[in-house]
Parts: sequence; C-alpha cells; structure tokens
Amino acid sequence: MSSSAVNSQTDNKNRSSTEKSLDSSFIWLTRILSFLVAAVLLWIAIRVGLQAIPAIQEFGWSFMTGSSWNPPEQQYAILPMIYGTIVSSLIALLIAFPIGVACAIVLSENFLPQSVRRILVFLVELLAAIPSVVYGLWGIYVLIPFLKPIGSWLHQNLGWFPLFSTQYVGPGMLPAGIILSIMILPIITAISRDSLASLPPELRSGSYAVGSTRWQTIFSILIPAAFSGIVGGTMLALGRALGETMAATLVIGNSNALNFSVLAPANTIASLMANQFSEASGLQRDSLMYAGLILFAITLVVNIIAELIIQKVKKY
Amino acid sequence: MPTQEQQNSRSQTSQKEEMILKAEDVTVYYDDFAALRGVYMDIPRNQVTALIGPSGCGKSTLLRCFNRLNDLIDGCRVEGKVIYRDKNLYSDNIDAVEVRRRIGMVFQKPNPFPKSIYENIAYGARINGYKDNMDDLVEKSLRQAAIWDEVKDKLKQNGLSLSGGQQQRLCIARAVALKPDVVLMDEPCSSLDPVSTSKVEDLIHELKEEYTIVIVTHNMQQASRVADMTAFFNAEEGESGNRFGYLVEYDRTEDIFENPQEESTKSYVGGHFG
Repeated sequence: MSSSAVNSQTDNKNRSSTEKSLDSSFIWLTRILSFLVAAVLLWIAIRVGLQAIPAIQEFGWSFMTGSSWNPPEQQYAILPMIYGTIVSSLIALLIAFPIGVACAIVLSENFLPQSVRRILVFLVELLAAIPSVVYGLWGIYVLIPFLKPIGSWLHQNLGWFPLFSTQYVGPGMLPAGIILSIMILPIITAISRDSLASLPPELRSGSYAVGSTRWQTIFSILIPAAFSGIVGGTMLALGRALGETMAATLVIGNSNALNFSVLAPANTIASLMANQFSEASGLQRDSLMYAGLILFAITLVVNIIAELIIQKVKKY
Repeated sequence: MPTQEQQNSRSQTSQKEEMILKAEDVTVYYDDFAALRGVYMDIPRNQVTALIGPSGCGKSTLLRCFNRLNDLIDGCRVEGKVIYRDKNLYSDNIDAVEVRRRIGMVFQKPNPFPKSIYENIAYGARINGYKDNMDDLVEKSLRQAAIWDEVKDKLKQNGLSLSGGQQQRLCIARAVALKPDVVLMDEPCSSLDPVSTSKVEDLIHELKEEYTIVIVTHNMQQASRVADMTAFFNAEEGESGNRFGYLVEYDRTEDIFENPQEESTKSYVGGHFG
C-alpha cells in the first residue's frame, strides 16, 4: 500500500507526453513565426529586385548620379530624390533629436509632478497616432503659410548660402523636414525615455554622492549610460523619416529638379513612387522599382550603422 | 525606547574625542509616516561607527541623512538637526551638493559609472574642481582602495568589466578621491564574497587613519571586527501598523557586544532575533 502511494506520487510528477509535445510544438511555432517575418522581408526585396532588373540593365549606376526624370524620353535618374530623401530626413533629425531628448529628460526626471508627466507622455504618444495624411494637410494649410515670413527672411539675409539660395515658394524641403520632425519626435522621445528610466537607480545616487549637481548627473552620467538606447531610437526615427510618403508628398512640392536650397520644392524617393505609380508602365514602372530598391538599401545602411554604434557604446 | 536623557548621558561618557557629526532629534518622514524617530547620536572623528539592527530599523535612512541623499527620495522629509562641523546640514543656506563633496558614500550594490576605471575616479575630482595632476590622484586613490595592482594595466577599461569585489573597491577609491571628511558605507559588503569582504574590511581599518567612517551593516561579526563605536537600532509597530525605527543603544563596540544595557540589544547581538 505504501509503495502504491509512492508510485502515485511519482506518477503525478511525471509530465504527460501531451504536455511535452505541446512544449515542443510551442517552440516550433515561435521559430516558424519568427522566420516568417524574415521570409516576408526577403520576399519583398526579391520581388522588387526582379521588377527592377530592366531598369538596372538600362541605367546601371548612372541611375543614382543623373538628375533628369523624364518619362516622355524614357530617361530616368533619381539623384534629386536621393538628395531630397536624405536632406529632408536630416532636417527632421536635426530638429527632433534635441527636442526629443529634452522631452525624454523631463519625462524621466522629477522636474514635474508624476500626474503631469503621465499626461505629457500620453500626449507625446498621441503624436505617433495621428495619420500621416493629416500631418500633410496640416502642413499645407498651417505650416507652409506660417513658415512664409521665416523662409523669406532666411533668403533675404542668408541668400548667399546655398541652402537658402532660392525664394520661399511654399511647398519645399523645409516644411517637409519640419513635418517629418514632428512625426518622428514620439519615437525618439519614447525610446530615449525608456532607456533613461531603465538605468539602475544606484547610478543616479552614485553620481549625486560624489557631489554632482543634477545637470552634471544628467549630462555626464545618465545620458552617456543611456546613449545606446537614445541612438537606437534616433536611428529608428531616421528610418521612419526616410520612408515617410504621404506627409512628405503633400508638402515637399514634388519637383524632380535638383536644387540645393531647402526653400525650393524638392522630392523624396517614397514621394516619387507614390505620385507616379498609378500611371506608370514599362520602363518607368521598372525605374520606380529600382528607386524603391535604392530606398531599401539606404534604410538598410542606416540600420547597420545604428547597430554598429549601439554595439560600440553599449553599457547597460 | 530609552529616554533622551539616558542616550545623552551614555554618549557623554565617550565624549573625549572630537565629534564630527551629530544627529540631534532626527526624525525622518516618508510622506506622513515617521519611519525613523528621535535619534540623538554623535559620531567621533577618525573612528569607525557601525549602525546595526534588524531590517526596517532605519539605519540606512539615518546614514542617508548624513549626506542629504534622502533629498532624492520623493516624499522624504527630515526633521531635527544634523550638525557637521557646527553647521546644521538641514538649514536653508546649506547646499546639498557641497555637503556630498565633503561627505562621501559607498553603496550596498557596487555602482561604478559606466565609464573607464580612470574616469570613474577622475569624474568626481574634476567636478569638485581638482586642478593638480589627475594621473597622480587616480593612482593614489586606487592604491588607497587597495585595487591599484589589479587595475593598473587596464585603466582604460570600463569600470563595469571588473568583478563585484573590485567594483566595490573602485567605488571606495572614487569616494576617497574627493578627500572627504567622512565616508558613509551602506552595507558595503552585502553583495560581496568572503574574500572580497575581508579585503574591504582591511581597507576600512586603514582608511580610518584619514577618514571618519560610518558603516551600516547587517553582519554583527563585521561590526565587531571593524567598528570602534556601535549603535543598535530597533523597529517597532507604529500606530498605523507600519514599522518605525529608533536608536536603542549607542556605545563602544565592546560594550554593545559584551555588556549591553538594553534587553533588546542583548537579544539582538546574542542572535535571538533580527
């Protein structure tokens, strides 16, 4: 009798074969699903690449160095759009990075009462939920008129500088960059705030204990310690800015001519594709695919650089 | 809970030395609850004073009053006086940052900055306005903390790459590099292995030649090994059911361990509770 009691006890501790097979099928399920994500990405890249082959054969490298996009003559090159994509994103980053990190500092420190901070966090996150077409329309009706005096002033006083060498005409690189900066602000803020908030509290006490002021603690200890997270968020934001289509196309002016001035109309790769796809066929459509492939490559390079920076500075 | 006169008369007996820090009727509130109540305590200069007692007795809270680190905790409020060199650290005209430059601290969990070993020492010195040869200061501080030989060839490496015991000695070096008057230690060995613990204890013995040390410890053997003076704190159930701490007995370490006056001290150091 005692032996049967022992037996029933050990039986309870043995896991049934169904439970074990559930375990292993769960592991397989997660594996398959994660590979599925990679497969979708590869599939998109291959399809876009295959579609682009005729254009690649036709134009080769000159596609990226030439500056005329001329459908009637079947002449395609996208240097102005590459320039527009990179410069509008850099303007966005230049504006959004300091503001985003400043927001993250305020939201992770106790300058404000917790209740106020919670509302601010919510509002910043709400910025990310606004559809991009709304940003674009807001840009046309509010931002572009608002920037008119600033743009004119820049041209009149700093017109000798290539970036301000044309009249402010309204749609152009500057409003596009500013719209993009607002759109990527929540990404930079949220990720920077998370990485600041996840620093161990002992780090902060340690810094105060050697006689740091609050500013020294924030700028010399906390921000360097959270730097990899801040860079990660910034690069994610840059990726978003490079690929943003709707808002950019509404305010950038869609001019395919190369112009260094940020006050002049310009174009981005994503905006070019969105505008021309519906009526494109043949070589024009293949060229748009080629352009898409290049945008793909640019974002890939950005992400690789981000990963390298994060690896290099990773501390926590 | 012993009366104020008892505590005063007890500390009078050992008042031949110069007192560098004095707590006078210190009460610490977290929000509205007084978590540590009515502490009177004099810390003698160039000696090691240990604060012992069960969890929640407020010994770390008191330690953090001595360099105003409690300021960082939202809702924390200190009443009473902490006198350091004839000045009340809690009066309005005292700058907490300056206090912390004179009264250093080593924490329970080693917390080197995520910077190079060299920078861990140099950072504090630089913000304290140190202008002389930084290399000398770094070497001297690391030697004082008995870690120089282990790190002299890798000063450029990140402080976090060291082992726990080395990190803690680096933190001690970081504290002594500021040439503080007092070094506060909040259970500095609680996350260390026995070998590292004995290294840190040896270090405490050496450091008291130059510094006053106040150490919080859970380990009574440690208190008896390193401390000249020992204060025993206890915790009691308060009116709202929360536990609050108070100072029970403060005397020379031998007296606390061999001839305690209070019943609760006797049972604590005898290992009956806590």
